[in-house]
Amino acid sequence: MAAINANPILKAAGLSKNVPSGAQTLTILQDIELAVMPGEALAVLGASGSGKSTLLGLLAGLDAPSLGSVWLDGHELFKLDEDGRAVLRAKLLGFVFQSFQLLPALNAQENVMLPLELAGSRNAAALATAMLERVGLGARLHHYPKHLSGGEQQRVALARAFVMQPKLLLADEPTGNLDAATGAGIIELMFQLNAEHGTTLVLVTHDEMLARRCTRQIRLAGGRIMAG
Amino acid sequence: MLPLSLKMLGRDWRAGELRVLALALVVAVASVTSVGFFADRVRQALAREAHQLLGADLVLRADHGWPDEVREEIVRRGLARAETLNFVSMVRGSAQAQLASIKAVSRGYPLRGTLRVAQRMNAPDAATREVPRRGTVWIDERMALALGVTGRLDNNAVIELGNVTFTVDAILTMEPDRGVSFFNIAPRLMMNLADVPATGLVQTGSRVVYQLLASGEREEVDAFEKWLSPRLARGERLRSLANARPEIRASLERAQKFIGLTAMLAVVLAAVAVSLATRRYTQRHLDAYAVMRCLGATQTSLFSLFAGEFLGLGVLACAVGCAAGYVAQLVIASLVANLVVVPLPPPSLLPAVQGLVIGIVLLLGFALPPLLQLKGVPALRVIRRELGPPAETALMAYAAGALTIGALLVWQADEVRLGMIVMGGFSLALAVFSLAAFGALRFLGRAVRGRATLHGSIAWRYGLASLARRTRTNVVQILALSLGLTAILLLTFTRGDLLATWQARIPENAPNRFIVNIQPEQRAPLMKFFSDNTVAEPQVYPMVRGRYMAKNGVPVDVDQFEARARRMVEREFNLSYMETMPGHNRIVEGRPFERTELESGGLSVEEGIAKTLGWNVGDRLTWEVAGQSITAPVTSVRKLEWDSMQVNFFVIATPGLLAGAPTSFITSFYLPHSLAPLSNRLSQRFPNMTVVDLSAIMRQLQDVTNQVIRAVQFVFLFAVGAGLLVLYSALLSTQDERVQEAAVMRALGATRTQVLNAQRSEFIALGLIAGGLAACGATGIGYAIAAFVFQFPFHLNHWVWLAGPALGLACLLINAFAAARSLLRQPPIMALREL
Repeated sequence: MAAINANPILKAAGLSKNVPSGAQTLTILQDIELAVMPGEALAVLGASGSGKSTLLGLLAGLDAPSLGSVWLDGHELFKLDEDGRAVLRAKLLGFVFQSFQLLPALNAQENVMLPLELAGSRNAAALATAMLERVGLGARLHHYPKHLSGGEQQRVALARAFVMQPKLLLADEPTGNLDAATGAGIIELMFQLNAEHGTTLVLVTHDEMLARRCTRQIRLAGGRIMAG
Repeated sequence: MLPLSLKMLGRDWRAGELRVLALALVVAVASVTSVGFFADRVRQALAREAHQLLGADLVLRADHGWPDEVREEIVRRGLARAETLNFVSMVRGSAQAQLASIKAVSRGYPLRGTLRVAQRMNAPDAATREVPRRGTVWIDERMALALGVTGRLDNNAVIELGNVTFTVDAILTMEPDRGVSFFNIAPRLMMNLADVPATGLVQTGSRVVYQLLASGEREEVDAFEKWLSPRLARGERLRSLANARPEIRASLERAQKFIGLTAMLAVVLAAVAVSLATRRYTQRHLDAYAVMRCLGATQTSLFSLFAGEFLGLGVLACAVGCAAGYVAQLVIASLVANLVVVPLPPPSLLPAVQGLVIGIVLLLGFALPPLLQLKGVPALRVIRRELGPPAETALMAYAAGALTIGALLVWQADEVRLGMIVMGGFSLALAVFSLAAFGALRFLGRAVRGRATLHGSIAWRYGLASLARRTRTNVVQILALSLGLTAILLLTFTRGDLLATWQARIPENAPNRFIVNIQPEQRAPLMKFFSDNTVAEPQVYPMVRGRYMAKNGVPVDVDQFEARARRMVEREFNLSYMETMPGHNRIVEGRPFERTELESGGLSVEEGIAKTLGWNVGDRLTWEVAGQSITAPVTSVRKLEWDSMQVNFFVIATPGLLAGAPTSFITSFYLPHSLAPLSNRLSQRFPNMTVVDLSAIMRQLQDVTNQVIRAVQFVFLFAVGAGLLVLYSALLSTQDERVQEAAVMRALGATRTQVLNAQRSEFIALGLIAGGLAACGATGIGYAIAAFVFQFPFHLNHWVWLAGPALGLACLLINAFAAARSLLRQPPIMALREL
């Protein structure tokens, strides 16, 4: 499905991450080479501790690599300062986390409005409401996260991710904290939204079934890509 | 279990989990013990020197000479006897004149304790059994400084007192019955009793205290006291060990109570900090607790583990607090050094025990409820993190804390009523401030939320909206800060305002010198002295001493009056007589003297004393003046302006009533600074007169007040410290949430500036609200003091409205700066992962 002649929207070259651990250095990621084409859905598989989430953090510019570079829509991420990366994230990226990461002090609508407001949108409330209605939470606009179930919280998180019409959605174990039935519903919703918005997807998971719904899979082990 | 508790204490301490809690305890204990140690030293000094404070076993005190019968009875019973005469007069040095508190003593004084003298200023002193030889005087260091007698004492150091020149023979360094006093205004001069008549200072109308001192075997002294008590006449009093210097004791106790209650403000604030810090501690230990439960620990054993850890921390923090309190009391003692004349013994251990009790009680009252919550944590939390402890029994927890604080306040105030009043005041202030803070937060939150879609920086709006979202912790922060700031504003702006307003009410050329003890034949020469020196001749008023005996024929019963009124009745009054009232007197009831009264006799009385003693127009008052009884009706009630610095009288009679009585005269006049040396010449020309320099007395009074205020301000520092701790712990309690917010915002594309601005706007609003509330509080209290205590119009100080919010802002921006570091220190992925 990838357009062969198009430029990758996300590219990593020679990406490594080491952290000091006592007197030694622990290698979490080593020499990762990766290109994701627009419209592609990439699953990153691997066991716990294989470096999946670290890779996702680096791809989003939320963490700094020890070596290597990441290009997001042609911009070399780590040539930018933290604020430059933030501006790029606001423009291009959507996030879904395993632990939802909703702000407890904001209600559902406000949580979805937040990225719009950060980007200076003038009709944040209307857009957020429409998006929440799309994910089936039109009746729960003013509920706070602690009054929502896990599935509902993750739907708010999806609404928050897609309301910005991002070019690229990064999802980190989005069903990890949900029961099977709820998780399946969320995945269904995520792929629907993905198709509707034509978003590129990078999905970190250890669920083989889920990974198979993506157009491509890579497998991490010991900080390296074992198979693509 | 205890070793494990202590090991955990060590680990948690290293992890920085317990620092705020420990600091709060240290501040509270230091605050209370600093005052406690100081009070204890003064108490010990009073107790240890009770005998010396009297200078005898029994002191007979009167406003007239003691009859020979009493003098002889002392000797007849085999008791030792000495005599003193105390009065105030002017002393002239070579260059300076100085008001002195003079004590003339007979051989044998003091009967208990010793005098100590030095041969010159700052030289080592030594005890002496002597009293000043005839023709010589001893002066204290303050007097020596004032008169410039600072070098070696030889025969050249002379002073004039009344009609006589004396040689200064020694510097008096210690006088047992001078004691501890907050108001030793005039410096001391001690002379030989036998020299008094020659000075001509003790004349009609002079205010002199005559004391007879007795000491001997206990039984004999008791027997003599029993013999004398029923024979005491009006104006005569006995002082024994049991009632030694009650006025000093009372004023010291009042001052200590006040400073002690100030210290309690720190305890109240520290309690809030302890509660917040423990809450955070338990929140962060929910997982550890659940895991330990999984590993097989029972609820009870876990509770005793944590309780042991906290108790260990409490004991250590209290010990540090006591040490800090000990150092702080040295500062308090040095701040009021001039007020406490006797050397203070080292403090006992009792205040340290009190500090320990307060620290442990704070822990039990405010740390126990959140700790008890841990007991409810289900072990299942290890699998399902959303499972927390059952909803806290908030009411029970806070009730326990409030009761604890109430009990501590009553204990510190040493009386239930005062403790209740203070607690009521605290509660009212807390309630009003919380309501106002709550209202302001809601208003801001709503104002911002309504405009969510309008223009404006999202960061600022987001920050302001957060105010309302975290209402509870924000109200706590505002409360802590505004209480501390109110105290600071009160002690700086409001105090200065009140003083300035009062001083502004004194007219520019209000009299600044009083002359008392003018004899009738000196009136004309005095007026001539004034006109010769181009000073306007002041009005001179006659003064006659008289004792109040009866109202409407019913003899006065002193026991029916409360303490202050009783002292007024027991003393002799200064009565005056004139046909028309002085211009600065205003008649509020009755009418001026008319022809009929001028013939038959009438009295005009001052409003305040009339109220105190129950005098009304038409009442017939009987007075004893120079052995004669006179009776006349009250014909008018006058209102006086005490601030006017004019000569004022409680009772003015028609001339016919008093004209025959022994009279001295009094006047007040304004002496410009440029003519100040005239004061000295006046004393030289009329040695028997006492010229009182009011401005000097005002300055001394202000010095005394300032010293006490400095001590109070110092103790307030603890409260401010505790307030900052509350701020910090309230900030910590929301920090995890703030860090997560910042991380999510940054993941969603917020810049550092946006994150920081969101937080700053929240803090700026908090600081402004707290500062504004503090300005309101300080102004309100200032208004109340002006209106109800001093009764003058209060002028708003506009600077308070600037200073309050500015101080609030400063405090919170420091806080914000500290918080920002933790928000942005780590990459957002770390924060997101931790949560």
